[in-house]
Amino acid sequence: MPFRRRFVYSDRVEATSFSSEPHSKAPLLSMRDITKRFPGVVANDRVSFEVRAGEVHALLGENGAGKTTLMNILYGLYHPDEGDVYLSGEPVRLVSPRDAMKRGIGLVAQHFHLARRHTVAENIALGLPDTPMLFPTRALERRLTELGERYGLAVDPKARIWQLSPGEQQRVEILKALVQGAKILILDEPTSVLTPQEADRLFAVVRQMRADGEAVIFISHKLDEVMEIADTITVLRKGRVEGTLKRSEANPSKLARLMVGRDVANPERKVASPSEESVVRLVGVWCKNARGVDALKDLSFEVRHGEILGVAGVAGNGQGELIEILTGLRKPTHGRIALDGGDITPLGVKGLFEAGVAHIPEDRNHIGIVPSMSVAENLVLRQYRYKPFAKGMLLDWSAVTGFVQDAIKGYEIATPSKDTIARLLSGGNVQKLILARELSGEPKLVVASHPTYGLDVSATALTHRLLLEQRERGAGVLLVSEDLEELMKLSDRIMVLFSGRVMGVVESTEADRERLGLMMAGVQEQGLQKHQDLSVTEMGI
Amino acid sequence: MSLLERLGYRLEQRPVPPGRVVFLVTVGAIVAALIVTGIIFSLFGVNPFYAYATIAERTLFNFRGFTEVVRKSIPLLLAGVGLVLAFRAQFWNIGAEGQILAGAVAATGLALFVPLPVWLMIPGMFLAGFLAGGLWGLVPAYLKVRLGVNEIITTLMLNYVALYIVRWLINGPWKGASATGFSYSDKFDRAIWLPTVGTTRLHWPTLLLGLVLALFVALLLSRMQLGFEIRMMGQSPEAARYAGVNFLRTTLILVLFSAGAAGLAGVGEVAGIHHRLIEPNSISLGYGYTAIIVALLARGSPLAAILSALFMGLVFASGDIMKVALRLPFQITGVINGLILMFVICAEPFLRYRLVRLSAEHRRGLNGRGVESAD
Amino acid sequence: MDFLDLLTSTSARALAFSTPLLWAALGEIYAERAGVVNLGVEGMMILGAVAGFIVGQTSGSPLLGLVLAAGVGGVAALVHAFIAVTLRANQYVSGLALTIFGLGLSGLLGREWVGQPLVNSMTFVTVPVLSEVPVLGPVLFTDQYLLTYAGLVAAALLWFVLHHTRLGMTLRTVGEAPVAADVAGINVMAVRYGAVAFGGVMAGIAGAYLSVAYRPSWGEGMTNGMGWIALAMAIFALWDPLRAVGAAFLFGAFFTLSFRLQNVFPPELLTLMPYVFTIVALTLVALGKGARSFGAPAALGQPYQRGER
Repeated sequence: MPFRRRFVYSDRVEATSFSSEPHSKAPLLSMRDITKRFPGVVANDRVSFEVRAGEVHALLGENGAGKTTLMNILYGLYHPDEGDVYLSGEPVRLVSPRDAMKRGIGLVAQHFHLARRHTVAENIALGLPDTPMLFPTRALERRLTELGERYGLAVDPKARIWQLSPGEQQRVEILKALVQGAKILILDEPTSVLTPQEADRLFAVVRQMRADGEAVIFISHKLDEVMEIADTITVLRKGRVEGTLKRSEANPSKLARLMVGRDVANPERKVASPSEESVVRLVGVWCKNARGVDALKDLSFEVRHGEILGVAGVAGNGQGELIEILTGLRKPTHGRIALDGGDITPLGVKGLFEAGVAHIPEDRNHIGIVPSMSVAENLVLRQYRYKPFAKGMLLDWSAVTGFVQDAIKGYEIATPSKDTIARLLSGGNVQKLILARELSGEPKLVVASHPTYGLDVSATALTHRLLLEQRERGAGVLLVSEDLEELMKLSDRIMVLFSGRVMGVVESTEADRERLGLMMAGVQEQGLQKHQDLSVTEMGI
Repeated sequence: MSLLERLGYRLEQRPVPPGRVVFLVTVGAIVAALIVTGIIFSLFGVNPFYAYATIAERTLFNFRGFTEVVRKSIPLLLAGVGLVLAFRAQFWNIGAEGQILAGAVAATGLALFVPLPVWLMIPGMFLAGFLAGGLWGLVPAYLKVRLGVNEIITTLMLNYVALYIVRWLINGPWKGASATGFSYSDKFDRAIWLPTVGTTRLHWPTLLLGLVLALFVALLLSRMQLGFEIRMMGQSPEAARYAGVNFLRTTLILVLFSAGAAGLAGVGEVAGIHHRLIEPNSISLGYGYTAIIVALLARGSPLAAILSALFMGLVFASGDIMKVALRLPFQITGVINGLILMFVICAEPFLRYRLVRLSAEHRRGLNGRGVESAD
Repeated sequence: MDFLDLLTSTSARALAFSTPLLWAALGEIYAERAGVVNLGVEGMMILGAVAGFIVGQTSGSPLLGLVLAAGVGGVAALVHAFIAVTLRANQYVSGLALTIFGLGLSGLLGREWVGQPLVNSMTFVTVPVLSEVPVLGPVLFTDQYLLTYAGLVAAALLWFVLHHTRLGMTLRTVGEAPVAADVAGINVMAVRYGAVAFGGVMAGIAGAYLSVAYRPSWGEGMTNGMGWIALAMAIFALWDPLRAVGAAFLFGAFFTLSFRLQNVFPPELLTLMPYVFTIVALTLVALGKGARSFGAPAALGQPYQRGER
């Protein structure tokens, strides 16, 4: 095996990191040489790490580095191909989540394991061995209230899950683990659904648990929060452990290098040159969500030519509906939308596509492509009705072939052939396919939703480059992302949504986490009146 | 560790099953169903080899017998191709039976009560039958797209509605002058009977229509924009909505074709064979339900539906032979239908998975954990 | 007074007619609450009907027929469970296959029994004391079959189990969020098998009600689409056992009333009314507000597989 530069989990590290710990000798949890293969990939390659009671241990790595697979093994959902798990020094075989739970392991997954239509108490009672056969939630409801108060996790036991915010749902998951007596709590990307302030509250809960002698495994790809909360940090890359460090030994740039494997270059962003002309302008737009509740309330803003407007906000504050009304998937109930001065309010998906609105959807694998269709078919998914692909009622597949070959080459889509079904492509290549399709028509407005979520570094860099190219070409870009770093890096201005309203629009040079965080939590900025006073007559429509 | 892994194999998902595999698996399922049917034959005291030989002799190796097979496959082909189209869009049309009857009623109405010139009559009946069948499907289609009403139940309910309407017609307003014991309508004028091959009952214009329809639907799915939209809708409704497909328009058009095709089948039965409107269960011997099997056997390919319609036509025709030559209850064909469908779905995992031999390294690794950490 | 008589007698007949619909719908509601659609209700019902009749006729005990019919329904449902849950094949196709197979097999098995009257059929039961209560007495407690009473009790019991016991909570979770159930240590497959088999038992009983009680005889295809109507009723009742009682009664009332119009309308057109009514009822439910947000169990029709990529 060739020599690889990486921090090995060696005796040296153990000696320096753990000898001074006041806790018992055998670590609460130790995973040794865990290997897990999936068809075509090695998700975990001889991964080892340890957690002690009263310790917050971060697993840091990019999406796809193998963090979640490792935790699913610990939680009994997957079985390792090789390697062993030890709890308090005893080797164990975790065959199911139930088994893991019995041994004191609790998981708060990224996508919550909750039945949305059931109450909080029902969701928690489900996994408890002592739940009575009749009236299963009665006694539990009282216990939950007590426990919630102790940890600052207050949530109404009788509330139904769908009525709760993502942050509250996360509390339910944590409560569930605590009620089951978890000694080791795994938090998988816990802050992705929280405002910075909510995240602070979560960190307080984590510290309380640490003080109680619990072990917390904190999975994240965000350097700053790992630096803030972790005692020990294990960095994973491409399924391997790149190093395990004490927080005192770590600093963000060191961690970033371990995580990515090289220094991270920021995308080159030419100085702002947006014109004063708006590409798209919304005035007093309202719309309802799928449940019939107002999701956007009196929204007014504009995106200018040659500008990237970032949209920040906690998930579920109207971003999805905003994207839907801009791309024709949903109709506003009030208000007007103008594209280059022309009224586009009544247009549907087809009309907006024709008007020059490109859409890079959030769920790229289910909405952005038809997974069972070929790469070629997916590349013309939206332009098949137009020349040169359409000939009367027929489709001209030879014209499609020419376009497809150019697109595969131009956007470096790695695919065995144009006839390969799109489901077989990697996430990065699916995104390249979507970008090739959406950007090929030189759109006026690009609506991008979480365009780099789950992508590796090179695909992320390519996506950023392409969005910036659109900006330089003079198109307007509306970029919705949960990643504040990304928004601040790419955007000219950042707009914050809370509960369907604009909380403020700031120049990205003046934006910082604190300021954005306050707005994301619902604190409105001053000086916003200007935008909201735009009237319909001013727009000339 | 599973048993398979101990043997050195693993199940792996197949990305796309090749056509050859699909064909072999489908044939395998049919063979399995026929083996079970053979067991049923022997339970009734008939040697299954003798039974199958007799059936083959009287259907495949006998001209008149073969024309009966083809004749019975005509409605199955028309309705089946229509269902292939609907199923490709994930529209679960279970209502072909009612749509066949709707077509039959429209053709009868035209034949008996509308004074058209004779040369216009046959095309007129087919057009009327197509539209009537189509309309019978449009109600469920509209309700599904607009309100999300389950089309399986609505199309099926409409089968019963069509059945009782036909019964009402032949007992009431359209009751024939000569009808005494059994109820039926007046006979069509001989000039507007569909022509047949020689003295057989093979009404070839309907057969031709079925073959043309199969070719047309194949072309529609592979080369036309509408077909592309239908496939998008069926394979990923979310992506189709994102791509700007108009669900209502596309669904209504495709269901008009799908149900209209079944309507054509109904026209063929009354204008080609019975020449009058009769008891609904005698117009369609369950063709509309068997067409579901035809479409599923064809696995989405309208051209393959030609083969599967012929095969199911053979099953139908053998029902008569069982009754006459083998003294077996003809109800066995109903059981065969069910068995074929069951085995075909049970065979689905063979399409989705394949056995893969584990790599030598992996097999060693399984035997002694972590033995080879030779780096 | 005449009007009241008409009302009570119609209601009593409606109740008798609604009984098989109720049993089958209750079973399907449980199966669907666990996330499995079974379009084989019609097939399981007709198998129950033929089994119930043959056993009832040969043994002379309609009760024995009923018990066997329940067993036959359950076994038929297990076939569906195997295909839908274990093989994870298309549930629609599997259920359809079961219906086609059931209709075929029942025709084959019952061909020598067509037209025979059952020697011992189930008898009417009149509940003492309660039948004396005005209005309700004649409607509910006079001259009904035991299965009619049992169906009402079963509905109440199943409602209680679904909403107030651990078992019901487990069942609902399996149909709403199978991943959550799996993570909580519930065997999703086992619960689904159980629920589907229970649905089959109920459908078998519903079929046997027809052949050993309501119309004590066997005729090919005698269920005549009732299984499909029961499927529609599960939706109409928004998957709730108590609402299913109301839905079934409404149906029975509609059917019985349309029969009273016999001298005004041709009988064929009256017979097709319940099928039209089913479509209308489903449309009304879809137009209503609740159906979309609080309708079907979230994982209905989706096979469950652990996320091993």
